[in-house]
Amino acid sequence: MAHAQTKQPGRNDLRPTADEIALMREKARMVRLETIRLILLPKIGHFSSVFSCAEIFSSLYYGVMSLKKGDPKWPDRDRFTYGKGHAAIGHFPILTDLGFLPKEVLDGYCSLGNPLGDHPDMTKVPGIDFSSGSIGHALSNGLGMAMGGRMQGRDFTVFTMMGDGEQQEGQVWEAATAAVANKVNNLIAIVDQNGYQLDGAVKDIVDTGDLAAKWRAFGWETHEVDGHNLDELTTVLRHLKADKTRPGPACVIARTIKGKGIDLMENQTGWHLGYLTPEDSEIAAQEIMSKEI
Amino acid sequence: MTKLEKLSPGSWHYLMMAEVFPDLLRPSDALIDLTAEGEEIVLLSPDLVNSGGLSKFAEKHPDRVINTGLSEQNTVSMAAGLATTGMVPWVSGMASFLALLCNEQIRMDVAYCQQPVRIIGHHTGLSFGFYGSSHHATEDIGALRSIANMTIISPADGNQQYAAMMASRDYDGPLYYRTGRGRDPEVYAEGAPFVIGKAIEHMRGTDVTVIACGMPLHPSIQAATKLNAEGYSVGVIDMHTIKPLDVDAVLEAASHSKVILTVEEHNVLGGLGAAVAEVLAENGSPARLVRHGIKDEYSLIGPPTHLYQHYKLDEDGIESVIRDQLA
Repeated sequence: MAHAQTKQPGRNDLRPTADEIALMREKARMVRLETIRLILLPKIGHFSSVFSCAEIFSSLYYGVMSLKKGDPKWPDRDRFTYGKGHAAIGHFPILTDLGFLPKEVLDGYCSLGNPLGDHPDMTKVPGIDFSSGSIGHALSNGLGMAMGGRMQGRDFTVFTMMGDGEQQEGQVWEAATAAVANKVNNLIAIVDQNGYQLDGAVKDIVDTGDLAAKWRAFGWETHEVDGHNLDELTTVLRHLKADKTRPGPACVIARTIKGKGIDLMENQTGWHLGYLTPEDSEIAAQEIMSKEI
Repeated sequence: MTKLEKLSPGSWHYLMMAEVFPDLLRPSDALIDLTAEGEEIVLLSPDLVNSGGLSKFAEKHPDRVINTGLSEQNTVSMAAGLATTGMVPWVSGMASFLALLCNEQIRMDVAYCQQPVRIIGHHTGLSFGFYGSSHHATEDIGALRSIANMTIISPADGNQQYAAMMASRDYDGPLYYRTGRGRDPEVYAEGAPFVIGKAIEHMRGTDVTVIACGMPLHPSIQAATKLNAEGYSVGVIDMHTIKPLDVDAVLEAASHSKVILTVEEHNVLGGLGAAVAEVLAENGSPARLVRHGIKDEYSLIGPPTHLYQHYKLDEDGIESVIRDQLA
């Protein structure tokens, strides 16, 4: 019996519709607004680290990943790991929105004994696929998940988001080598290339150079996109997820702006971590509301 | 369009932290003074110059700072290499990652090779609070204590940290300092004497002697003061150096106290309590030992002060733990 030819979808077939883009844009706005609101609770938090990857979060969770609302443990779901665990404050509101995490838990962010802290804990937070806190581990965690899925015959994809500062960690490149050697094609890395790390610009601390060339040299199919352009970002992620012919893993270098959304914070080292008074938070929220990113 | 143009008083960001918490810069003061005294200091920091309170040193001696970025293991091994050239490398990073992630580099390149690398593990214990249990360092003493040649110091406040860092001048081997987050309540005045390996007795007691290190020292002194005013006899010893342990101080306290209570911001396994237990057991001491700290578990997430309250590491908590022994 002849098998039907499986047609690999072309890029244009996978482009999000205007309605889908509008939804993802709204959710990215929710990520930023919730980050501003939640930081008021512990009175300190990571603003600009979340703002650079808000579109990555919304694209993955509302435009790319296969998930079941209210069922964070669905065995066939796509997985998400991230090395920049300090962006969890922008991730938790999505988990609440998807019915994984009760709203009252979200509202207790960082209080004593609450499951939610600055970094995500998989043993406490439904919807967190792997804990994060020590930068540089996430790609190895994702690689293990992807290989586990393959061994069990499950058809899920693992997405791992890393910071560009994280590219300085040696363990990232151990995982990068192993993923290619093991021909793991259900692993997709996303580098949130916002150009900054805690102490300053990545190029001034330890310049990580031409990341796309490095990932390609390690054998990864590598794409570069505007990480705030939901059309472009979602299209490439959908394409990479759908492509079952790729011999190994893929990497998306998402060029982003640290602090995107609040002009005062954009490309400013200090806002990796900070605090806004309730009055300043209100103004910042209005700034987010008045913009279309 | 409404826009956040300027900050109102009270809003602040990471680079303004030292203005909000001036004690954060005490390590800078020590490195500046050590440099002035002729030490060939070089600071290696894995992207934590500001977090570790070293911006002031970096501004004064930019040519003596290597920001190694996010590569902790590489940082420690590099420091060991630098030390072989006669430099005095200081590595400053988060305690949880330096002591655990770089444990093998510390063992192999620093301690085994006997290189005089000075390591500051800051934000130790629970001081990272709601940043999460990943960032809590409740195993660093245990992880490093079994490594030969290591010296482990746990200063109680900014002034003692400064003094302990200055004491490195005449110290040959590797040093590990487990420090707080620059907001520890002050126990010591500036210039208070400090000798590596020599415990400091604050009070003498016959009912209970508290042996503490690091942040819990301050609340231990407060709790003991309160109980002594009620007529009890509670002593307090600052065991700032966990290795080499001041064995004489432990045995002396055990000779006149019914109970020895160790208090630490660390797992009760492997830390100060364990070190004291070894001494008491080996010497057949009749004093009963109670170890207070984190009971072999992953600490909760929450604001540091709430965690100290929860784990009875604040004044009220330590007082209640002492009272249990007085009953």
